[in-house]
Amino acid sequence: MNDNGTTQHGVSVQVRGIRRSYGEQEVLKGIDLEVRPGEIFVIMGASGSGKSVLLRHIIGLEAPDAGEILVNGESVHSSDVASKYRMALVFQSGALLNSLTVGENVGLYLSEHRLKSPDEIRKIVLDKLEVVGLKGTEDKLPTELSGGMRKRAAIARALVIEPELILYDEPTSELDPVSSVVIGDEIYQLNKRIGVTSLVVSHDRDLAFGIADRIAVMHEGEIIALGAPDEVKRSQHPVIRKFIHADFKRQPKA
Amino acid sequence: MFQNIGEIALLFWSTIRALPLVWRQRAKVLEEFHEIGNASLLMVAVLSFFLGGVIALQTGPVLAERGLHSAIGGLVGISMAKELAPIMMSILIAGRIGSAFAAEIGSMRVYQEIDALRTMNINIVNYLVMPRLVAITIALPMLVTFAILVGWLGGATVAQVTTQIDVPFESFFENMKNIVGIGEVMHGVFKSWCFAWIIGVVSCHQGLTTRGGPRGIGRSVTKAVVNSIVLIVLFDYVLTRLLLH
Repeated sequence: MNDNGTTQHGVSVQVRGIRRSYGEQEVLKGIDLEVRPGEIFVIMGASGSGKSVLLRHIIGLEAPDAGEILVNGESVHSSDVASKYRMALVFQSGALLNSLTVGENVGLYLSEHRLKSPDEIRKIVLDKLEVVGLKGTEDKLPTELSGGMRKRAAIARALVIEPELILYDEPTSELDPVSSVVIGDEIYQLNKRIGVTSLVVSHDRDLAFGIADRIAVMHEGEIIALGAPDEVKRSQHPVIRKFIHADFKRQPKA
Repeated sequence: MFQNIGEIALLFWSTIRALPLVWRQRAKVLEEFHEIGNASLLMVAVLSFFLGGVIALQTGPVLAERGLHSAIGGLVGISMAKELAPIMMSILIAGRIGSAFAAEIGSMRVYQEIDALRTMNINIVNYLVMPRLVAITIALPMLVTFAILVGWLGGATVAQVTTQIDVPFESFFENMKNIVGIGEVMHGVFKSWCFAWIIGVVSCHQGLTTRGGPRGIGRSVTKAVVNSIVLIVLFDYVLTRLLLH
């Protein structure tokens, strides 16, 4: 149930044969995957595996060289999709507008599209900031917030849209373990509360196995495993084994 | 280069199409307008006063030697109104405001703020480009009108206080009135209006196409200013030719 007391349903996302090169370097090598409505789908992989590039394609910020991305069966690049389905991306850096206050950032979607009166927008902004634990920061500038707070403000900005599809780009990078858990919980609770389809890109193993309904593992522009967290954990693929079990190896002092 | 020209033309067209939404963006237009005026008024006053003064100083003694010192009012008046005020103020604004446009939009691009706007289905031209262009197309002609008046004052002051010229205030403006009319002032104002579009579109385009980190922003700022100045000088010649007829 959302704030208005109505049930929201997430959308489905189909990625079909996406290829993308930058110059000589092929970053996406024919990605195929399907995200079901309302699930938390995590794309996990090492840095530079093409996760964030895939995310930018899914939300329509970049166009692939080949293949297509469908949201509820419609191409993400068709003119209708942006107005028909509410989608939001929480950027790795937060990407808050530095010239606006936190409150103006969070309410930007509503004010620019003139969806509510200024008083209603202020009320919604305060509500959403409280949800992400940022009560009282509405008049601050983004530069006055810590990295974790900026990320939570970016989540609040996404919540205001009441999205049917929400994409998170490395939501826990640069965060301390406690803040990472808070963000992970927030992603999970939000998904359960409004049924939004959540697509998370991360190299954080704890986050992925903690919140995902399904996980895809990317390596060098390809999906090398896809399934429930337990299935991925049991995978015998050497890259996945190495990724999951990577740890410091330190000899005890004599 | 041709790709850039095409992109600039498209941006110009998109901005024209966004003009009906100007009332909705009035707060941003006013903010930019205040920024342009506030940041430039003193510089414009100083520059144009001494510009008018130096023309009087350079030409006054030569005219006076030939017994033509009474013509100095018209000469300073017409030079300031038709040429020096519009081109010098436009170059000043290209440096001061064009660079700010490119830097602000360029940093928004580099730090993914523009991507964030796009994911919220907010039109970049309506939100970022159109308010800046409207503000500069109102502010620059106003600044140029102000510069013309201050330039005349500078010329008249120098003509009076310089002993080799020795033309009193009244004679200076009397002579100017015979030669410079509202048409000459409008000539300069019209040119500055065209230059404002050039500065606005070129600088915003440069900001929107910024790539890389801080170095990319620096490169965009330099290119915005240099390209604006080159186009201003080029269009100055073209417009002067056209306006001759």
